[in-house]
Amino acid sequence: MTALFSKKNLLWVLFAIGVFILIQVLIQMRIITPHYRFMMYWISIYIILGVSLNIIIGITGQLSLGHAGFMSIGAYSAAIMLREDPSLSGLFAGMAIGFVITLVVSFVVAMPTLKLKGDYLAIATLGVGEIIRIIILNMKITEGARGISNIPHLISWPLMFVFVVLAIIVASNFKNSATGRACIAIREDEIAAESLGVNPVKYKVIAFMLGAVMASVAGALYATTYYVVKPETFGINTSINILIIVVFGGMGSLSGSIVAAIFIGITNTLLQPYGELRAIIYAAILVLVMIFRPKGLFGDREVTIFTIKDDLIRGIQRLTRRKEKPA
Amino acid sequence: MTQFLQQTINGLSIGSIYALIALGYTMVYGIIKLINFAHGEIFMFGAYMGMLGITMLGLPFYAAFVLSMVLTAILGVVIERVAYKPLRNSSRIAALITAIGVSFLIQNLMLRIMGARIYAFPQVINNQVFVFFGLRVNLIQMIIFVVSILLMIGLQLLVKKTKLGRAMRAVSVDKDAAALMGINVNNIITMTFAIGSALAAAAGIMVGLYYIRVFPFMGFTPGLKAFVAAVFGGIGIIPGAMIGGFSIGLIETYVAGYGSTLYKDAVVFAILIIILLVKPSGLLGKNEKEKV
Repeated sequence: MTALFSKKNLLWVLFAIGVFILIQVLIQMRIITPHYRFMMYWISIYIILGVSLNIIIGITGQLSLGHAGFMSIGAYSAAIMLREDPSLSGLFAGMAIGFVITLVVSFVVAMPTLKLKGDYLAIATLGVGEIIRIIILNMKITEGARGISNIPHLISWPLMFVFVVLAIIVASNFKNSATGRACIAIREDEIAAESLGVNPVKYKVIAFMLGAVMASVAGALYATTYYVVKPETFGINTSINILIIVVFGGMGSLSGSIVAAIFIGITNTLLQPYGELRAIIYAAILVLVMIFRPKGLFGDREVTIFTIKDDLIRGIQRLTRRKEKPA
Repeated sequence: MTQFLQQTINGLSIGSIYALIALGYTMVYGIIKLINFAHGEIFMFGAYMGMLGITMLGLPFYAAFVLSMVLTAILGVVIERVAYKPLRNSSRIAALITAIGVSFLIQNLMLRIMGARIYAFPQVINNQVFVFFGLRVNLIQMIIFVVSILLMIGLQLLVKKTKLGRAMRAVSVDKDAAALMGINVNNIITMTFAIGSALAAAAGIMVGLYYIRVFPFMGFTPGLKAFVAAVFGGIGIIPGAMIGGFSIGLIETYVAGYGSTLYKDAVVFAILIIILLVKPSGLLGKNEKEKV
């Protein structure tokens, strides 16, 4: 257990507390107005979603297009429980119920579909996402196309922060665990991994389920942040928005997803007045990133507080070397 | 019994549209192993071009039809050259994500240019209703069915009887060997996109005519269903796409007629998943063993 209190972990804890206090102070000083607070919540929710989808796409190499479906399960569970009990306990109960439903649904979905390869899997998960949406659309308890409104707004910055940190810890520990390494092996070469005794279906299912339940927690946070849940919110467009974050940041790079979520959250707010221009820009970015940097901006590298110093030094060296060359 | 036959007629007419769109998916997949996610948007573009040809340019229906097919074919070629060609040797996930991006891009560009409003497709054809033995068939359904069948026969002849068709088949079997035989692979791929897109445009105009509605998101659901149709019949196989298209059209109509309209889309996706699990190569496909 000594590893738990290593220098590295302590530094991370300090960093996280630092970020928390910084933003808390900015809120107290009213520099972050309620308008920007919504941007922050959006970023936080999409960090969780991005990191969770990255587990499936980036680390395990399975393209899933049904992520918004799992998000909607969490969102609706929370919304329904909050209707009964409009307090934090209702939110947590909803989250727990969403967690269990998602666990079951994602297992049922993953077991057969993950035997499919590449593009077939993408289409099958897309189909699953649509089926979840259509079922929600037709159920009584979810109030159909009208959706559930007047959900109590229970979110606060400390609560959101706890979930974001938890998501990042779970994902990064997963990436560095034996299971995570098996998933990376499957991404790199499924047949080679299998020949070394890695059971591809097992690890793919684990990664898929982990990503799905994290998405459902993000969905619950979404419900209580935005007051309203509607089936149309969780369509293919939302799945693609999450995909854009994963691809933009780098497939396999958790820090990339975090940076991408922050970047896109801020540009979203800046481009708010321009409406669908935003979507055009993101779609173009998606295509351009794929053509020129198929692994995303960060590739599968992690940028952390530890590597940033080395990266800076390397970057400066590269710049200075370039200047020396012509001489 | 009458109701069953009536549903069958409705199913065949919508199925022939799915078949036309599915042909585009299947041809592209057969030749470069890419699911062209943007195909539904190409279909939507075709519907808009047909509508604008009639309303803005005042063209007669058949001229607008041809013009739209040509313009949409050009769009298909541009997409291939700009977005897909640079990625031909990268991973399939990258190509698929690009296709999703292209689809998103076209949809939102159309939203930006034409707005979110639903246009009414001009009613250029006097939609008479014929009654045979108590079955109602309208003229548009008959046009859809006949035009689709003619286009499919044309495509089949093109692929089986012409030099271009032979080259396309050769490229789909083995790109490198085809190149060694003096086939210009890039041109053949471009031609494939042009033909597939033109067929999608034809389908788009006929859907506009049938449902009288043209809007930026009209391509999404038919695109997906046509893809399901292509997989159902065996993706990469041209007759498979036709069989798949008609089957999906019929199944969907029966579900809507006898079950619930609300669940007809869910049923189509469920069929897709079942097919992928039971026989991923589709009805007409051969099972290929994976080679290491």
